[in-house]
Amino acid sequence: MSDSPRTAVSNPPTQPMASNLGQQDLVRRSATKDLPPPERQLTPVAKLIDVSKCIGCKACQSACVEWNDTTPAVGENVGVYTNPHDLTENMFTLMRFTEWVNPETDNLEWLIRKDGCMHCADPGCLKACPAPGAIVQYSNGIVDFIHENCIGCGYCVKGCPFNIPRISKADHRAYKCTLCSDRVAVGQGPACAKACPTGAIVFGTKDDMKRHAEGRIADLKSRGYANAGLYDPPGVGGTHVMYVLHHNDKPHIYADLPDEPKISPVVQTWKGLTKYVGLAAMGFMAAGSLIHGVLARPNRVSKEDEENAEKLVEKVVAPPEERV
Amino acid sequence: MTNSWTDIKNTDLVVVMGGNAAEAHPCGFKWVTEAKAHRGAKLIVVDPRYTRTASVADFYAPIRQGTDIAFLLGVIKYCIDNDKVQWEYTKGFTNASFIVKDGYGYSDGLFTGYDESKRDYDRSSWDYVIGEDGFAVTDPTLQHPRCVWNLLKEHVAAYTPEMVERICGTPKEKFLKVAEMISECSSPTKTMTSMYALGWTQHSHGAQNIRAMAMLQLILGNIGVRGGGMNALRGHSNIQGLTDIGLMSHLLTGYLNMPTEAERDFGTYMSSRVFKPLRPGQTSYWQNYRKFMVSLQKAMWGDAARADNDWAYEYLPKLDVPAYDVLRMFELMHSGKVNGYFCQGFNPVLAFPNRGKITQALSKLKFLVTMDPLETETSRFWENHGVYNEVDTVSIQTEVFQLPTTCFAEDEGSLTNSGRWLQWHWPGATPPGEAKPDTYIMAQIFLRMRELYRKEGGAFPDPILNLTWDYSDPNEPHPAELAKEMNGRALTDLRDPADPSRVIVPAGKQVLNFSQLRDDGSTMCGVWIYSGCYNEAGNNMARRDNRDLDNTGTYLDWSFAWPLNRRTLYNRASADLQGKPWDPSRKLLEWDGTRWTGYDVPDIAPNAKPEEVGPFIMNQEGVSRLFTRGMLRDGPFPSHLEPFESPVPNVFNPKMRGNPVARIFQNDVSQFGNSDEFPFAATSYRLTEHFHYWTKHNRVNASLQPEFFVEISEELAALRGITAGGWVRVWSKRGSVKAKAVVTKRIRPLNCDGRVVHVVGIPLHWGFTGSAKKGFGPNSLTPFVGDANIETPEYKAFLVNIEPTTPPEVVA
Amino acid sequence: MNMELSRRGFLKVAGAGVAGTSLGAMGFGEAEAAVAAHVRPLKLANTTEARNTCPYCSVACGIIIYSKGDIRKKERAEVVHIEGDADHPTNLGTLCPKGAALKDFVSSPTRLQYPMVRKPGSDRFERISWDEALNRIARLMKDDRDANFLAANDAGVPVNRWTTTGFLAASATTNETAWTTFKVVKALGIVGFDNQARV
Repeated sequence: MSDSPRTAVSNPPTQPMASNLGQQDLVRRSATKDLPPPERQLTPVAKLIDVSKCIGCKACQSACVEWNDTTPAVGENVGVYTNPHDLTENMFTLMRFTEWVNPETDNLEWLIRKDGCMHCADPGCLKACPAPGAIVQYSNGIVDFIHENCIGCGYCVKGCPFNIPRISKADHRAYKCTLCSDRVAVGQGPACAKACPTGAIVFGTKDDMKRHAEGRIADLKSRGYANAGLYDPPGVGGTHVMYVLHHNDKPHIYADLPDEPKISPVVQTWKGLTKYVGLAAMGFMAAGSLIHGVLARPNRVSKEDEENAEKLVEKVVAPPEERV
Repeated sequence: MTNSWTDIKNTDLVVVMGGNAAEAHPCGFKWVTEAKAHRGAKLIVVDPRYTRTASVADFYAPIRQGTDIAFLLGVIKYCIDNDKVQWEYTKGFTNASFIVKDGYGYSDGLFTGYDESKRDYDRSSWDYVIGEDGFAVTDPTLQHPRCVWNLLKEHVAAYTPEMVERICGTPKEKFLKVAEMISECSSPTKTMTSMYALGWTQHSHGAQNIRAMAMLQLILGNIGVRGGGMNALRGHSNIQGLTDIGLMSHLLTGYLNMPTEAERDFGTYMSSRVFKPLRPGQTSYWQNYRKFMVSLQKAMWGDAARADNDWAYEYLPKLDVPAYDVLRMFELMHSGKVNGYFCQGFNPVLAFPNRGKITQALSKLKFLVTMDPLETETSRFWENHGVYNEVDTVSIQTEVFQLPTTCFAEDEGSLTNSGRWLQWHWPGATPPGEAKPDTYIMAQIFLRMRELYRKEGGAFPDPILNLTWDYSDPNEPHPAELAKEMNGRALTDLRDPADPSRVIVPAGKQVLNFSQLRDDGSTMCGVWIYSGCYNEAGNNMARRDNRDLDNTGTYLDWSFAWPLNRRTLYNRASADLQGKPWDPSRKLLEWDGTRWTGYDVPDIAPNAKPEEVGPFIMNQEGVSRLFTRGMLRDGPFPSHLEPFESPVPNVFNPKMRGNPVARIFQNDVSQFGNSDEFPFAATSYRLTEHFHYWTKHNRVNASLQPEFFVEISEELAALRGITAGGWVRVWSKRGSVKAKAVVTKRIRPLNCDGRVVHVVGIPLHWGFTGSAKKGFGPNSLTPFVGDANIETPEYKAFLVNIEPTTPPEVVA
Repeated sequence: MNMELSRRGFLKVAGAGVAGTSLGAMGFGEAEAAVAAHVRPLKLANTTEARNTCPYCSVACGIIIYSKGDIRKKERAEVVHIEGDADHPTNLGTLCPKGAALKDFVSSPTRLQYPMVRKPGSDRFERISWDEALNRIARLMKDDRDANFLAANDAGVPVNRWTTTGFLAASATTNETAWTTFKVVKALGIVGFDNQARV
C-alpha cells in the first residue's frame, strides 16, 4: 500500500489493518506548542469536486451519513431542494442549490455545490481552537476533529472561513467532515467520492487532482465556459478539497462560496487571548469538574450571560439564507 | 434498452426526452458524463421542467407535457428537408421502400377507418401491397408515391418549426437548435442515443411517443450501433425480468402471448403466429414460435402436455378482452366483480390513478393479500389516517393478510436490468422475524390449493394438479432449480437432424440455448429468451469477469444478457449492406466473407450473407418499420394527440379529446376535467432522493427530502399569491391534496398557440407510512385512462387548479 | 468578527475552555494528550462480504453487503454496511442516494416481521401464524375459484379463466420468484395478472 490512497474507486478491506494515520503524522495540533516534527511526509491527498458534473443527487450526503453513522433529523420542506437546510452535527456535507440566471446568456443555470470541510492547508478552525489536540492536521492534509478533546466552545466555527463546523446540542462537541480519515488510514478514499454516481467527486493525491482538474477545465472552456477554473484558494494556503467551477471568476454565486477566503486576523491573535484569558477564567470556575459534566452543561454562568453568549455564537453559525 | 448502460459511453449525442436519467438512474447516467468527458459528447434535455439532468446538459429546451410526438415529427421533417438522412441505412434497413395499399390515409387528426362508436379503427387499409409471389411490393428507388417514405414525408409535412412552437410551446429557435444538433447524427460516424422512461410511456399515446423517436433513430441510422439505440430506462430493478417472464395479463414467457377465446385450439392459436417472411430470404425468427410455445407447455405441465392433447393448450386461460390490465381489474373491483386480490411488492393505493376510486375498489374485496418487506399504504388502506387516508374503517369488510417477505439482502437469485443483463446476487443477512422469501409463499399457496383440489375436487383442477413441481424441497424451491427450469433441458436425447446417430443433448441435460429447443415435446424451457442463462456450463448469470476487450463497453463475460448473451440488439445493423462497420472506430461486427465476427454475439445467423438477409430478424420484413401496418391501434405513424386533460385543443381536430381509440370506462367520463375549471397542466415524477414509496421508510432518504411538495414557476406563484415554502392546495376533478410549494425558475410558463400554459410539477414519494412526513401522491389527482395500446395510465399530463391554503390537520 | 470578542463572548468560550484545562488537570500533559489523536478504527474489520445488486432502479448497480456473522455458515448475519462494488462494470463502485442508504432500508423500523391479519371491520392488525394465514388464504382462493371460474363462454368455447381474483407481481423480486409466481398464477387461470411494467 502506498502511503496515501490514490483513488476512491476500490472496495474496502474486511481484514483488520493497522491504521496508516497516527499521531506520528501530525503536522499541527490545536493549542499545542512544540509538536515534534512528523517522522515522515505523507503524500498530500485531495478531494476534487467538479461542480459542472454534479447532478445534485445527494448520494454524497447519503454515503456520508451511512459511513459516519450519523442520525440526521427528518425535517420539513421550506420551499427548496437543500435538505437538511444547513450543515449539522449529523450532516457533514450538504448539496446547496442555487438557481442562477447567467446575465450573459440569459440561460438558467442550476448551480449545485457540495458544501463541507475544505481541509485547508492553513486551517482557521485549528488555529482558533483552544482545546489541546481537539483539532489536528496530518501531513497528508486532512484536518480532523478529535472529539474526546473537544470542549464545544465553538471557536472553530468562528475560525473557519467557510462556516463549516457545527456544535452538537447533544454532546456539545464540534463535528465536520473528516475526509473519512478512517478510510484514508487503510488506503481507501472518502465514502462520498466512492459513491458519487457521475464522478463529480474524485479523490487522490493533490497533484493528481490538480492534473485531473486541468482536463476538466479544458473541456468546460471548449463548451463555452471561458472562466472555468480550479478553486484552491491561496488565502488559506490552498485546500485539500477543491472545486472545479464553471464560473471561477465569481465563486460567490455558488451559494456564497467565499471569493477570497482567509482566516480572520482576529483569529490569528485570538488563540493567544483564549489561551490566557480562557485558562484564567476557567481556573476557579470549573476546576475539578468532570469533563463530560462540563460538556453536557456548557457553562456555569448566569442564565442571562449564557443566553447572550448563545446568541453571539448562534449569530455566527446561523445558516446562510437559502437561495432558490 | 437496445444497448447497455456501459455502451452509452460510445455516443456523440445523448437526447434525454421523456425521462430524467440523472435523477432517476444516476449511476447509469454516469455513462453520459463519461461520454461527455471522453468523447466530447453533447447532452440535450427536452422537458417541461429544467431537471437535474438539464443542469448538466449542453442544451435545454422546454416542452409542454404530452406533445413529444409533434416535436419529434418536427425533427424528422427537419432531417428530411435538410437531407440529414442516413440514406443507405434508411433504404436498406427500413421499410421506406415498401408500397402501402390504396385506402390508407390521414386527415383531420385521424387515420382512415375510424369508427367513433367503437372508439376504434378498421386497420385493414394500413398495410403493404402484397405481390403475386406473396411478398410485399417495394420500390427501392423510393419514387413510388405510395411508398412508406413518401407517405412519411407527407405525414410530417404539417410539423413545421412554427407548428411545433404552437403545439409544444418550445420557442422556434430552441427547437431548431435541437433539430440541428440531432440531424448531425445522420452521419454514419456520429451516433445519438435516446434515453427515455415513463415520461414517454405514461400517456394515452405512450407507445406512439416511443415510435416517433424510434423512427427518427432509424432514419439517422442509429439503431444497432455502438452509442446508439432506443434506451428505455426501466423503472424497477426487475421490471424487465417480470415482463420477459410474462407476468402480465396478455403475455406468456419470452413475449409469447396469451391465447384469446377466439383461438379455440392450439392449431388455431398457431395459425396467426406463423410469421411467414414478407420479403425473400428473410429470417423472421418468430417462425420458431411453436418450438418455444411447446417447450413452455412442457415446462409447465410436463407429461400432461402431449401432442395428443394439444400440449395442454386447454390449461391456459383464454382472454375475452385484450387484457385484464390493472385499470380494468380496478374498474371491475370498483363495480363489485372482484373478490380477492394479491399485491406482491406492489402498492396500488399510491401507484394507480384516481386514488379515491382505488380505495373504494379495495373496500369491496372479500380478501386482500399483501406480500412485502415493508408496510404499505395498500396493506393499511382500511386504516384511518385523517386527511391522509380518510376512510370509514368499520364499514370496510375486507379481510387483509399482510405477509412479511425477505428483501434483496436476504435472498438469492437474478434480476434483469434495463440492458437485459441477468445478474445473480447472493444473500448477506438473516431475514427479520418470520419474514419469508416470495418463493416460499407462492409454493405454499400452490401446495395448499393443490391439496384442497386433490381432496375436494372443484372447478377444472387439471392445470393445478398437473403443474410440474419436482423441486428438491417442494415447500421452498431453490433459486438455482428455478433458473435451470427457465433455461430448459432435453426430455429425451436430442439428435442431430442431419446425423441421427449423433446425440446433441442427452436426455436430462440442460440445453445450451434456445436454438436447441424443439416443438415435438422433446425439450422443456420456461423462458426461451433466457435460455443459455444456466446451461451445462453452469450459472452464467453469476459470471463476474469484468474485462472488456478494446474498451467497447460490451463486457461479454460479465453476467448473461438475453438473448444468447447479446449486448446490443440489432447489432448487425452496425455494419453497412456489405458488412463493413459504418464507423470502423465503433465496430461491433464485421462480415469476414464467410461469417460475422466482432465484439458482440451477432444478432443474425453467423453465416447469413449481408446482402441477402436483413438485420431486423424478428420482423417478417427483415427490415425495421417506419410504418407499422396495423400493429398499433392508434395509427401506422404517430400523430399529434393531446392528453385527455389538456389546456389546449388539438390543433388538427379541436373536437377530439385525447387519444380517439384509448379505452374509457363509462364511470370515468364524468371525472375528466376541463381547462376552464382546471387551468394548469400538471405532471408527476420521481425525485432522485427517493425510490417510489419505499425510501420514505428509510430515515436517511427521509432526511434528504422529507416532505411532499409541488413545484411551480415564479409567475404562477405570483398569479395565485403563493409563497415559497407555504402551503398550497392542488385539486383536480378527482381529488385534492395539500403540499408545500417550491417556487422555482426551473419551471417557466409556456406559450402554446397564444395561451399561457402554467406547469405544476408533482413528485410521487409520500404516503402515510414510513419515516418521512405524511403526505400525498399525485395519484390522488390523476385520471383513470391509459395508453391506447398497453393501458399504461396517463400520469404525465393532466389538469389541476392550485391555491394557497392552511397546513393540513396534524394526524397522530 | 471583532465584536465577538466581548466579555460575554469570552464567558461562553471560557466555559468550554475548561475542558482543555481540565484535560491537563486530569493528568494529561500536552505530549501525552497527543496519543489521543487517532482516527476511528475501520468498522468493516472482520465482517463478511456478500455480492449483491441494488433492488431499486434498473441500472442494477453492484453492491457489497458487509455483515457481522456469515449466513453461509448458517450464522445469524446482520448488515453493518452496504457500499458500491468497485468491480462492477456498470456502477464502478458508485451508488445513488438511495443505493448508498440501503442499509437503512434493510433495517427500516417499518420492515415487516410477522404475518398479520386484519379481520373485516377491524381497526387493527393481529398476529397470525404462517400456517393459519396460508391455509386461510388457500381456502378463500379455492372458494372463490370454484364459485366463479368460467370454464366456457356463452358460445360453449372452453375459456378456463378466473377473473374474480387478481394478482399483482413485484418487479423487484428475482426472476426465479417471477417464474414461480408465473407458474402458479397462470395455472390457477388468473387473468387479472400484471406487474409494475403496466404502470
